[in-house]
Amino acid sequence: MRSDLAALAALLSDRIGLAVDEGKHQAIEMRLQPTVAAAGLPNVSELVHRLSKGGDPALLDRTIDAMVTCETLFFRDRKPFEALRATVLPRLREARRAERRIRIWSAACATGQEPYSLAMLIDEQQREFAGWRVEIVASDVSAAAVAAAREGRYSQFEVQRGLPTPLLLRHFQRDGEAWRINDHLRAHVEFRRANLIDEFGRFGRFDIVFCRNVLMYMDVERRRDILQRLSRVLADDGYLALGAAETVVGISDEFEPAPDCAGLFRRKTPASLRMAANS
Amino acid sequence: MTQVLVVDDSAIIRKIARRILEDLRFETAEAEDGARALDCCAASMPDAIFLDWNMPVMDGYEFLRELRKMPDGAKPKIVFCTTENDVAQIARAMHAGADEYIMKPFDRHIVQSKLEEIGLV
Ligand SMILES: C[S@@+](CC[C@H](N)C(=O)[O-])C[C@H]1O[C@@H](n2cnc3c(N)ncnc32)[C@H](O)[C@@H]1O
Repeated sequence: MRSDLAALAALLSDRIGLAVDEGKHQAIEMRLQPTVAAAGLPNVSELVHRLSKGGDPALLDRTIDAMVTCETLFFRDRKPFEALRATVLPRLREARRAERRIRIWSAACATGQEPYSLAMLIDEQQREFAGWRVEIVASDVSAAAVAAAREGRYSQFEVQRGLPTPLLLRHFQRDGEAWRINDHLRAHVEFRRANLIDEFGRFGRFDIVFCRNVLMYMDVERRRDILQRLSRVLADDGYLALGAAETVVGISDEFEPAPDCAGLFRRKTPASLRMAANS
Repeated sequence: MTQVLVVDDSAIIRKIARRILEDLRFETAEAEDGARALDCCAASMPDAIFLDWNMPVMDGYEFLRELRKMPDGAKPKIVFCTTENDVAQIARAMHAGADEYIMKPFDRHIVQSKLEEIGLV
């Protein structure tokens, strides 16, 4: 085992919760080659040395950008979006009809496809939401991802994955070889840089949280901690969406699968908590 | 089995499209122009058609107009394929009755995603 790579793995685990198996340490080195070269450093050991000394936040940012997996697509997995359209949004419109306000958080938004999909979904129901304030907050730990998301510019390949053509025509404009999301949709999403490892209570309370395909890169302790803190920012009757391969089962006592919404989770009610305690 | 007809004047595109579709477990057929494609449809109406929009003999509009007149001609979902990326053209084709559009060259991910879009996957 190489101690420099082990130190780097420990640093990544500490800073962003990324769990790297010991067997995959060599892969980190490969993945960081371009970052090492761009920083004018001789090798990964030197990069690790600099990062361990601290004092170079830009270098740490670029290392994080290189290490995270930003793979995403519009309307990924479909199901949670369909559940929102058919069940969750109508239900919240009923439950929030006094304050007429709904807040949604895309907590690992990568290059923006997820929050923009949410914005398109809200746009589709704009008649029902007339007079409402629907806020969409999107955040990610990767500075590069957040910058790209804010920019809202997607390649032909990206817009062909998951995005129905009528929505492409409605919400995007050609921009050279690429496509750019229209301003009104971009203005609907508030982008921020945020690390789920850090405290996020200041973001306020949310009715819907999408935290998809990010916990899967973390170890169980991290997942448990983040899920627990998510339960505190989620409204009692709010909904949490995880990735298709992710679950709360066996990790978190705060959530349970929402019975009528495939792929979504709800906070456990006092009644179901009592039942669990008695059994 | 779900049937997809690939209509394109390029033999290479037909071959690539069929290979991807067959990998995705669709039954495929091909035609090199709109007139032959109508013959295929008369013989056996497919569930979806990958349609090149700019064919020499009969273009996408004409093909669609004729197709929709056939008994059962409303059945196939139309994915129109083009090398152009012109918003007006895409909008026209969608307006003319296409269900989805795909830009060439395409790969397996994109084909799969489009088939999901039209409800075949
Ligand atoms: C695979 S993408 C998921 C994107 C989108 N949610 C989806 O499901 O398609 C994972 C994202 O999680 C982000 N990420 C990783 N660790 C994070 C952390 N500690 N805090 C916030 N975001 C993180 C990465 O930067 C990356 O953009």
